[in-house]
Amino acid sequence: MSEGAAPMKSLLSLPLTAWLACLMLFAGVAAPFLLGSYELNLLARFLAFALAALGIVLTWGHGGILSLGQGVFFGLGGYALAMHMKLATLGEGELPDFMMWSGLDSLPWWWQPFENPAFALFGVVLLPALLAVLFGWAMFHRRISGTYFALITQALALAFATLLVSQQETTGGFNGLTDFQTLFGLDLLAPGTARLLYWITLALVAAAVIGTSLLLRSRFGILLRATRDGENRVRFLGYNPTPYKVIAFALAAALTGLGGALFTLHAGVISPAMVGVIPSIEMIIWVAVGGRTSLIGALVATLVVNFARDGISSAFPDLWLYTLGGLFILAVTLLPKGLAGLGETAAAFRRKPAAV
Amino acid sequence: MTPAAPFTPLLAVDGITVEFDGFKAINGFSLTLDRGELRVLIGPNGAGKSTLCDTIIGRVRATQGRVLFKGECITHLPEHAIVRRGICRKFQAPGLIPTLSVFENMAIAARKQRDWWRSFQLKVRPEEREQIEQALEAVGLLARRHETASALSHGEKQWLEIGMVIATGAELLLLDEPTAGMGPAETSRTAELIRGLVGERAVMVIDHDMSFVEQLGAKVTVMHQGQFLKQGSVEAIRADEQVAAVYLGRSRA
Repeated sequence: MSEGAAPMKSLLSLPLTAWLACLMLFAGVAAPFLLGSYELNLLARFLAFALAALGIVLTWGHGGILSLGQGVFFGLGGYALAMHMKLATLGEGELPDFMMWSGLDSLPWWWQPFENPAFALFGVVLLPALLAVLFGWAMFHRRISGTYFALITQALALAFATLLVSQQETTGGFNGLTDFQTLFGLDLLAPGTARLLYWITLALVAAAVIGTSLLLRSRFGILLRATRDGENRVRFLGYNPTPYKVIAFALAAALTGLGGALFTLHAGVISPAMVGVIPSIEMIIWVAVGGRTSLIGALVATLVVNFARDGISSAFPDLWLYTLGGLFILAVTLLPKGLAGLGETAAAFRRKPAAV
Repeated sequence: MTPAAPFTPLLAVDGITVEFDGFKAINGFSLTLDRGELRVLIGPNGAGKSTLCDTIIGRVRATQGRVLFKGECITHLPEHAIVRRGICRKFQAPGLIPTLSVFENMAIAARKQRDWWRSFQLKVRPEEREQIEQALEAVGLLARRHETASALSHGEKQWLEIGMVIATGAELLLLDEPTAGMGPAETSRTAELIRGLVGERAVMVIDHDMSFVEQLGAKVTVMHQGQFLKQGSVEAIRADEQVAAVYLGRSRA
């Protein structure tokens, strides 16, 4: 090939994922001008879900840490912001409506810090991250991994959802927290707000994709994969694998918490139904369908699966769980690398004749 | 253990006992190794050779006795801390990361800053790159550095792992059956490679292939049933009747 053709070639040889990412960013920017407000709201919610999916790519895909309790972090982020928004609309000495109905006469101590907007905002990412650091350290330091870790995280999700439901008078119970009016002085019911929140979500998702992708390319990413595939070798090369796993888990928790907060804004509600075992497993399925090591795959699959869910469950309400189960079996048996692996398989198929 | 040693040996294993559910895999074993020395450890299956390596590196903990490295007691340090003192082990089965490239495997090994807070960078430092390329050159894998480690042949995987162990810059290398699964030509090359390593660092090799041991031409320590049996030159060990009885006589003459 001549020298002159080189720039063209390098442009074309950009990885497929980079092209896809650019394409999706364009689509994301165009969406508010093409979609109705209902569809845009759905897209915004699903983009919030995608943050949780990116976290799972980091922990499960590259760290080999399967957490079946990501809903807990999603819930922590969601509730942290929801508590602040509930308090922000109250007058002096007032209590949230559900507390008054339950006969409470003062705000519980653990609600009080959330009156502070900065505490709530940082709490959205720092509370999940803090829990993940404590929990992750306790697990990984004792070398608990694999199935045991997955089961313990699932128990955590169950316990968290049960706790929320049982503490009706301080958590809003089964109904969760809803009916938000303002966010940091922004009128949530004003006409332009939904679109503004969409832009914020899109920007955060784009930043998360870029940030995570850089992280996975760094020494940290290489060591994380090395720990996944040969923890002992890494240990006997003089590394302590525990902090690498803890950090991956904590970053995923922070992303998931952020997703939970954004979801709460777009959906206008956060409830135990979003934090328990089932949503936690659904998050894993999105990533399994997308391909667990691929950020873009997980992003695409989260959007596709959730739009399919919306379409199918509004037409045939009973069918969705079967579809989801079927999808999971399909992904696990036929497409272990998910949608992202589809391209890889096709490329390998195309390369073969040339190689022979 | 010599109480009035004029200088501290690089490694001193001092009366180690390792028990697994009452079974003594190692029973009061002692050994010293000097800086830059090449030592071969032989013994029949189950003699406790690999367990000794495991104990030195912290994978298995001694119930009695101590391991001293440069005079410092490392018996109870965590594994990664032991490695950072300057001991690195090659495992019996190739212990590389199959999904990473040859270069990435080496880059992990060669990295001097192994703390997590220094891991958020994209570039390999130039001096580390140089060290990696030298080690790859030494094991003959420089041309294949971009390939995935799982694509290498069995012998090449063994060499890659030897390369990784070298790249750590450790002062003591423990090589557990480095020629397992290799043909005669590859074995000779490995012997040559190992002889070239000695001097700058000490190497302890575990193997039962006597022709390989002869090619190494180093002092041999014989273990039997978790205990010290004999020590001497290859020729002396070959001629020893006691060794022949427990080991050579039974496997190969």
